[in-house]
Amino acid sequence: MKFLLVEDNIELANAVSARLNLDGHVVDHADKIEYAMAFMQTGEYDLILLDIMLPDGDGRTFLKHHRSGKNDTPVIVLTARSQVSDRISLLDLGADDYMTKPFDHEELQARCRAVLRRNAGHAQSVTELGGVALDPVAGRLTIGTSAVTLRNRELRLLELLISAPGQIFSKAKLADRLFSYDEDVSENAIEVYIGRLRKHLEPSELRITTLRGLGYRLDHG
Amino acid sequence: MRYLVALMIWLCPLGAFAQEWEDQNAFGPASAKTTLRVLSSTDTSLFVPIIEDFLQEQPDVSIEYFVTGTAQIDQVFRAAPEDFDVLISSAMDLQLKLVNDGFSVKIENLDQPQWAQWRQSLFAFTTEPATIVINRAAFAPGAVPQTRQELIAAMRARPDIFRGRVGTYDVRESGLGYLFATQDARSSETFWRLMEVMGGLDARLYCCSGAMIDDLVAGKLMVAYNVLGSYVAAREDVAEQLEVVLPSDFPTTMMRTAFVSSRTDVEDEASAFVRHLVEVQTGPRNREVFPLPPLISAVDDTGQAVISLEPALMTYLDPLKRKTFIKEWSSAVIQ
Amino acid sequence: MTLIGSAAAIAVLLFFVVRTYSAQIAQSGQDSILEASVTSILDAVTLRDGDVEVDLPYVAFSMLSTEADDRVFYALWQDETLLSGYELLPVADAPDGGEIVLVSAIFDGAPVRVATAARILVGANDRMRVTVSVAQTQDALAGTLNKISRNVGLIGAGFFILSVLVASWATNSTIRLMERLTNSITRRGPKDLTPVARPVPLEMAPLVALLNSFMARLDTSLKQSEDFIAEAAHRVRTPLATVRSHAEATLQRVEREDNRQALRAMVRAIDESSRAAGQLLDHAMITFRADHLETHEVDLVELVEDLVTRLTPVAEMKDIALTVVSEGQVRVEADAILLQNALRNLVENALKYVPEESEITLEVFATPRPRIEVRDKGPGFPPDQMQDLAARFSRGENAKDTIGSGLGLTIAKDVAMAHGGELTLTNMPEGGACVTLLL
Repeated sequence: MKFLLVEDNIELANAVSARLNLDGHVVDHADKIEYAMAFMQTGEYDLILLDIMLPDGDGRTFLKHHRSGKNDTPVIVLTARSQVSDRISLLDLGADDYMTKPFDHEELQARCRAVLRRNAGHAQSVTELGGVALDPVAGRLTIGTSAVTLRNRELRLLELLISAPGQIFSKAKLADRLFSYDEDVSENAIEVYIGRLRKHLEPSELRITTLRGLGYRLDHG
Repeated sequence: MRYLVALMIWLCPLGAFAQEWEDQNAFGPASAKTTLRVLSSTDTSLFVPIIEDFLQEQPDVSIEYFVTGTAQIDQVFRAAPEDFDVLISSAMDLQLKLVNDGFSVKIENLDQPQWAQWRQSLFAFTTEPATIVINRAAFAPGAVPQTRQELIAAMRARPDIFRGRVGTYDVRESGLGYLFATQDARSSETFWRLMEVMGGLDARLYCCSGAMIDDLVAGKLMVAYNVLGSYVAAREDVAEQLEVVLPSDFPTTMMRTAFVSSRTDVEDEASAFVRHLVEVQTGPRNREVFPLPPLISAVDDTGQAVISLEPALMTYLDPLKRKTFIKEWSSAVIQ
Repeated sequence: MTLIGSAAAIAVLLFFVVRTYSAQIAQSGQDSILEASVTSILDAVTLRDGDVEVDLPYVAFSMLSTEADDRVFYALWQDETLLSGYELLPVADAPDGGEIVLVSAIFDGAPVRVATAARILVGANDRMRVTVSVAQTQDALAGTLNKISRNVGLIGAGFFILSVLVASWATNSTIRLMERLTNSITRRGPKDLTPVARPVPLEMAPLVALLNSFMARLDTSLKQSEDFIAEAAHRVRTPLATVRSHAEATLQRVEREDNRQALRAMVRAIDESSRAAGQLLDHAMITFRADHLETHEVDLVELVEDLVTRLTPVAEMKDIALTVVSEGQVRVEADAILLQNALRNLVENALKYVPEESEITLEVFATPRPRIEVRDKGPGFPPDQMQDLAARFSRGENAKDTIGSGLGLTIAKDVAMAHGGELTLTNMPEGGACVTLLL
């Protein structure tokens, strides 16, 4: 996906961009509203990540401007404010969702997915491989004529594997992505999800191979 | 004779027992619990109806009524104030001084106008003018003098008729006479001229109005000056012979006054008697019950104003002042 | 009361002052007449042929007539000899020049005022000193004084009553104004710091101006505090966000287990501090708001549905389904912000302790009283600790390894109580915990 990150703190912008890049997303960074507006003119984005407190005017102005235009790119606001401030109602201002800093990227992904799902008009890229069509936003796995909606963790696991077919993902790495940092994860948990995926993928040409001691790999063919 | 009696009384201020009274009477039941001793200058005959009317309401009271001259009343009473309960006199000045000197008590709930009482103690109950009384024989009808000036003129015109036949009070002896004379003198110079004229005509001097009236009737007097007209009116027999003239130039009117002695033992009954005197005339005037002229307004139509009941009355009682006045009077009247 | 007391005191003082002053004036009135009387007599003293003659003028005593018929006494002395009058009358020592001396004395048992003057008469062979005294009782004076006292008393009483009435009216109208002012301020919402616009009497204007300026300062201060908190939050949280994002990214690239664990620990630490700070702020805000709830009519169902929409992505990550159950709208007078906060904390708690692929149900009831039940299929509450769980900062044994301070339940309980309700923790017979927020 193509993100527009409007954030004045360079360090944070870099960190977020780095993390998003890891998942294969493209991130354009604007540290001022005028740059953000300029970016909007020229580019098309799947999602805008907007810091609400910006040096040259509140992010609210950008929101208002964005909403008044024809552009319906969803906006997720990043705010350091406590969620229960009654002075701002970000959703009233036109944001699609918001996240408080510091935020969990998995949660960000989940919210992006939810926002994009709601934004029906926006065509989402579907990953096709080996007879499998995966719509990451809808969470739908289509093999041939039959489609099934995957559970969240199954979807995320498949997304990971299908993003780099042939690459070995260690259990640990997978666990890092699938489970929250405070969950005590047993080794078996990953195996359970892998097992489920294998079941789903049976009719296709894709296979998940277990490499003992190393991890898992999605193979085509 | 009256002069001698008066002089004796003047020279011997003894108690009531040694006193020789002009008159002395008792009224009411002898067994009465309370006896009121009334010292008065008014003739008994005039007071009988008043006393009897009072006693009708007071069955347990009797009254001893003593009559003497006005000057004597003052003398006798000052000497023995405990001997009398009620004092009645026509000498307003002497009465007022007695009250001023603390010899009276207040009578409450007896409301009289300001001019008719003094200190709620001394109460006036008649108004009686000083008049000129003439023997009709001396004057042609219509020629009766109406003012003092006219009297002077009349006397001067016919001295032969009037010589030795004019009379007035001896102010040295009569308290009322002194009062009338001094009030006249205050009012006008005419008084002195009148006195001089009378003195020049060998005026006869009397202690009291009654005597003057007697002599008028007897023909010994043609004119008497400053006589109490009320006494003439009280004597029904003299109306034909005598005429009472109210001098129209200026009036001299006295009020008969009464008070209750401060040394009385029967204050309630004494006060009731004085109250009776005052109240008996507020009803329809009944000559039988009240033969004296009642208390009228201080000023009536003819402009008769009473002598004011005020401390100034004591002025002429001052020995120095009195001495001077009598000296002047004597030199005018006694020639 | 002080007002009435002072008015009474002033009225009494007025009474005495006026009375004393009037008494002096009245006395000087009597004195003037006595002086005139003495003068008229003294003028009438002459020497004739070596004898002192006094022609008492009638007017000397006539002028002493009073309404109360006061008694009159006089004494004329030639050196040590009484010429005439009342011998026992107390005579003051008067200077020779005719100057009149006035004294008060008692004569014949009555209080009298005595005026005395003296003159020297020079004859052919000798000089004589003639003293004239005139005295008068004071019944009329006393009568006048009584009348004055009565009138002044009435005036004083009238003044007292009038001033009390005026003062009460003024006080009452001021009090009423103040009450109206107080009411209008009381009726304000807890956040209303706009200046008082009501008309106020002149005397209260400084107070109200002060109140307004105080409110303005408070408003500024609050805004500044809020801005500061926002700024602080921003400044603190932004670097934390940077660290967390980097940690997440780095975690993807390290292989060694100890590095992995360290990074995971870092992220956990950041999350814990962030959530703790957030909850502390929430709790502080709730404590403040609980005293002045900003209540509106809200639909509990709509509120719960909004919350579920917000939390669904998070729940989905664990494949936990959030369901809302209700029978139509449930309208209550409540503070929406506080309720959302409480519910969010309860659901987040549940999300932490419930295993994946499970269900959390939020059911909204209208009867007998409006309430929301959050039910899960997790392990439930440790039975022996259910009482204490909502006490501030406590955490159940279950929570040993779970991030987040124990404030979640405390917050929910405080919100419930602020609405006059309560929070109940139960374990369901079929397993799982149930938290009931009763309003």
